Amino acid sequence: MTGTGIASAGRSRRNREFWPAMAFIAPWLIGFAVFTAWPLLYSGYLALTDYDVITAPTFVGLRNFERILEDPKIARSLGNTLYYTVIQVPLHVLVALGLALLLERAGRASGFFRTAFFLPKMTPPVAVGILLLLLFNGQNGMVNGVLGWFGLDGPSWTTDPAWVKPGLVLMSLWTVGSTVVILLAALRNVPVELYDAARVDGASFLRRTTRITLPMISGTLFFVVVVDTIGAFQTFTEAYTAYFGSGNTTYSNDSALFYSIYLFQQAFQYLHMGYASAMAWLLFVVILAITVIQLIGSRRLVYYEGGRS
Amino acid sequence: MTTAVVLSGCATGSGDATTSAAFSAPPSAAGGSLTVMGFGADDEIGSTRLQLATAALNGTTVDLVKGDLDVQAFLSSVAAGDPPEIIYANRDQIGTFASRGAILPLTDCITQQAVDTGQYLPSALAQVTLNGTVYAIPEFNSVQIVMANRSLLDEAGLAMDDVNGSDWQALTAAASKLTKTSAGKLSVIGVDSKLPEFLPLWAKANGADLLSADGRTAQLDDPKVVQALNFAVGVYDTEGGFPAVKAFRDSADFFGEGNQYASGSLGAMPMEQWYVNVLNEVSPEAPMAFDTVRTPAGDTLAYASGSSWAVPKGSSNPGAACTFVKIMTRTDTWMQAAKARADDRAANGLVFTGLLTGNTVADEQIRDTYVTEPTSTVWGTAISAMYEANAHTFGLPANPADAEFKAAWQDAVNRVLNGQQEPADALAQAQREAQAALDTAWATWDEQGG
Repeated sequence: MTGTGIASAGRSRRNREFWPAMAFIAPWLIGFAVFTAWPLLYSGYLALTDYDVITAPTFVGLRNFERILEDPKIARSLGNTLYYTVIQVPLHVLVALGLALLLERAGRASGFFRTAFFLPKMTPPVAVGILLLLLFNGQNGMVNGVLGWFGLDGPSWTTDPAWVKPGLVLMSLWTVGSTVVILLAALRNVPVELYDAARVDGASFLRRTTRITLPMISGTLFFVVVVDTIGAFQTFTEAYTAYFGSGNTTYSNDSALFYSIYLFQQAFQYLHMGYASAMAWLLFVVILAITVIQLIGSRRLVYYEGGRS
Repeated sequence: MTTAVVLSGCATGSGDATTSAAFSAPPSAAGGSLTVMGFGADDEIGSTRLQLATAALNGTTVDLVKGDLDVQAFLSSVAAGDPPEIIYANRDQIGTFASRGAILPLTDCITQQAVDTGQYLPSALAQVTLNGTVYAIPEFNSVQIVMANRSLLDEAGLAMDDVNGSDWQALTAAASKLTKTSAGKLSVIGVDSKLPEFLPLWAKANGADLLSADGRTAQLDDPKVVQALNFAVGVYDTEGGFPAVKAFRDSADFFGEGNQYASGSLGAMPMEQWYVNVLNEVSPEAPMAFDTVRTPAGDTLAYASGSSWAVPKGSSNPGAACTFVKIMTRTDTWMQAAKARADDRAANGLVFTGLLTGNTVADEQIRDTYVTEPTSTVWGTAISAMYEANAHTFGLPANPADAEFKAAWQDAVNRVLNGQQEPADALAQAQREAQAALDTAWATWDEQGG
């Protein structure tokens, strides 16, 4: 009977803790319900309507989704976004990892450099968009100026469709600070003993990196890749500012028409809120599908020290 | 999910049909408030008129929500039933706002407060008139005049007739002659044809309108429009291509003492008249020459654009809003504003270059009373060109798909400039996109009995 009594006492304690726990997490739950769950569901309803903000939504069934299939700009904007994501995410991770590896060996100076790397992240994205037009100006920009030092004739980054997205990718690499900090923390959690053992066995830096470092931080790398991919698919501010917003009042470039920008235009320039909602749901499905693929791939590529729960 | 949050917050459309409001003038000392969205009284023109309008609304508190009109904020406020009493918007936004019922027809305002619409510039008034109904009161007018660097023209053996558009072949040749490069980079832009924004101007000069007079039929694939686009793009091609021109253009100190005319890095371009004031302030000694934009037949032509006042649906004080607009755009109000500007310019040793108010009576009186610069001077020729252009303006008619229509033709021009499409193909695509948008929008308008 003693065991039963203990179990009973345990259940009783958990019951007593349930409501206080709910009370403490209620603010988050309320926020989630109000700002995430409800908008998500409501946008699902709006996706089935014709709605312009002023007049009441009119139910139109799946017409908005049919229109998505007919709209050439959907394919264009999705293609641009996919292209950007495929290039930007790997480069972002590589640059961040490289900087983190350097920081790990910087000793006392790492604090300064960590701050220096993080500071660009504090720059407002709108300002980054304006800066892009200045730095990547094909005629007088600093980037082409530097390339000129090496005898290279830089492209028209901001007007040549072939170079617009690469320019945006390069600009985005300036803001890797938060990822560097995350990866640095992961690197510092790798047991030193593993490196010591590897050195005793004569393993080179490259071998230690590929056989110890990367596997040991693969979980963090996976997290970074997933988060960056989701972010890349929703790229908006810098590209919008540079190519559709205040950076250019009438000039635009379809090469920079990312899906989120087109969604924004449909919603707030053309007031096609129903169509924009349908587009948002399509984006959600696309991102979800890619994330699922990444999760499946992670089973083979990601190492968890404690095993999978 | 920002969009979803905004959408859920906005989705409270009332579904009410647009109804007229009481637009009669409020009694003196009636109280109440007037929130004005999109207008800033940051200069003497704005502040003088605001003072007069506020005084006329004795007892009514006038509050300004400054900065350009935030369309999302405005529409959200209308949907929420808490709109500002009056808005200040670009004229090319009025068709869209009207078609969605966000603003009220001003028929009763005009009637009940005896607003003389005959005083407004016809092309400006047409831009705020949808299906025969006036939805906003226009003010200000922007027109284009040709601004050139006299020294560069002389050096190249050219005259204003070569760059004012009266001869397209001559203009293209002039662009080539005026263009200079240094170390393989552009150092002088010969002529900037100002694409994409000035396609309507070049098309009209060639005898084509982008949109039918009733605002229902896109005409973007008209061969004359294609020809105009070919010409305007060709100007850039003779200068090394648009990418180089744009890159160089973007790096110009446009509002400063190092501007392209003072630095001798631009031969000529059509540009809105307000830039004359900029040049007069920062580069009074720049070797300028001015003329109107000409059609190949030699006629003056300008593309009108500007601002307007509209009363949102649900405005709590439409009578005061109507009075406010009436006072703000009245001739004697403009005269006092112009005097303030002229006095300020004189005090600073600058030229008063006139004012295009959108009110033709006011424009004439202001010119006669306060413009004292002799017509023989450089700045005098600019002033003369400005007023002549203002008398020869055209505008695109209002339509319920303003935003989509504009995006269609501008995107088409940009695709050509970016080397992605040929003019004919780009405009054909734009025609399909624009017409589809117009058809949908007008169908909705017609269904609602607009």
